Amino acid sequence: MAEKVLMKGNEALAEAAIMAGCRHYFGYPITPQTEVAAYMAKRMPKIGGVFLQAESEIAAINMVIGAASTGKRAMTSSSSPGIALKSEGLSYLAGCDLPALIVNVQRGGPGLGGIQPSQSDYFHATRGAGHGDFHMIVLAPSSVQEMASFVFKGFNLAEKYRMTTMILADGTMGQMMEPVSLEMGEIESYDKSWCACGGSGERPRNIVNSLFLKAEELEYFNIKRYEKYAEIEKNEAMYEEYMMEDAEICIAAFGIAARVSKNAIDEARKMGIKVGMIRPITLWPFPKAVFNAAADKVKAFVSVELSMGQLIEDVELATRCKKPVLLCNRSGGMIPTLEDVLNKIKEAGGIN
Amino acid sequence: MTKQILIAGFGGQGVLFAGKLLAYEGLLDGKEVSWLPSYGPEMRGGTANCSVTVSDAPIGSPIVANPDILIAMNKPSLDKYLNETRTGGQIFYDSSLIEEKVERNDVEIYPIPATRIADDEGLKTLANIIMLGNMIAKNDFVTLDGAKKALTKVVSERHKDLLDFNAQALTLGFEYKN
Repeated sequence: MAEKVLMKGNEALAEAAIMAGCRHYFGYPITPQTEVAAYMAKRMPKIGGVFLQAESEIAAINMVIGAASTGKRAMTSSSSPGIALKSEGLSYLAGCDLPALIVNVQRGGPGLGGIQPSQSDYFHATRGAGHGDFHMIVLAPSSVQEMASFVFKGFNLAEKYRMTTMILADGTMGQMMEPVSLEMGEIESYDKSWCACGGSGERPRNIVNSLFLKAEELEYFNIKRYEKYAEIEKNEAMYEEYMMEDAEICIAAFGIAARVSKNAIDEARKMGIKVGMIRPITLWPFPKAVFNAAADKVKAFVSVELSMGQLIEDVELATRCKKPVLLCNRSGGMIPTLEDVLNKIKEAGGIN
Repeated sequence: MTKQILIAGFGGQGVLFAGKLLAYEGLLDGKEVSWLPSYGPEMRGGTANCSVTVSDAPIGSPIVANPDILIAMNKPSLDKYLNETRTGGQIFYDSSLIEEKVERNDVEIYPIPATRIADDEGLKTLANIIMLGNMIAKNDFVTLDGAKKALTKVVSERHKDLLDFNAQALTLGFEYKN
């Protein structure tokens, strides 16, 4: 096993991006993700890469569109209000079918909000990242190791499907330190004959474009894209199960909420309460099948989240509301405590 | 074994660094560790703190709300976390900055005049490490030798000349009789 080093989530993520072959980073500082940009600023010039602090978040995402058009591994990172500014660019990335990695280390909102950890951009990431019909693959890390390894996964999936992958982290994942193995993943390589990186005139020109004035044509591309999304939903949904074998109550949680929930489950098990957890790793595609199957076995779900009730909607949809889904949440930068989760587990246990 | 430690003080007293040193000691000893800082505006002038967990088993939440061990480097931090410390736990505080007596009978209390010792020994700014050394003396999940080894990981190349001072601070704290 490789030696482990102690790193902040933001720094591990940045180092992973470099190891995964990213040489084009465009960013703009914002707490709690600034260490990503700082790390890139320090490292990129030393390895012949590009670190560019753009004049705004909007400029940064447009630079990502440019670099991604040439087939290079390009990324940007920000936190909630900054990601909102990037929304237009996220839609253009989708319209142009470009692979790119976007990182959101979430803080409380709406508006300028606060700077403490949050998961309240769940809807933004999974449903409304920008205008038009499109999805991004959304990965939710729950440890510093995953902050790093999901960068590899994220770039690989982005290139495999020619679309944007978002890493949806939160302030704690960015700020905390844990031991990380620097064996973070493998670089997969996919066809890049589509890229606009200059040619000798022997092949037809590659044009990166999202403007289609003929409605039939635009509809055709949208349908094609959704056929691809259907493939992804079938093949790429990821999750982790914890103590689900005999569970009568199922917690749904990701990121820091899943970490707190694990502790609460251990406590509840000591009291003889049969509770487990399904942790969605991909928030899109949402691991519907495993939740739907669990709904036939458990008597209730508890959605633990750092938002006013966003993940809960996907749990209800995936389980077709077959069983009650309780909400255990805090918002605005607050984090549910072990006791909060434990009390909700007990409440769910009382349901007949 | 799982130990949850909260180190708190003013921004600038080195609470994050002390936490990182402790976490690295655990890592080098083959344990699971996590380190979570407070971040944001409260770090200028107000209280800064960091949560460290050291365990034999994978760590769930990195957040320490009720520490087994509290290291308080100023009065506001002690006031804030005194009653959050678990029954049977330990409280270490800098008695050169906190004059009041700590009133709890269900925890072990270790006052140490860390800032004064640091000043007397010419180790200004190392009160944090002296406090950590004292904590190590009262626990066996972490060792003095281990912490000295971890120093080489957390003291940057640029500040290598400070390694010996840090090691000295650890020893001073370790040998102090509360």
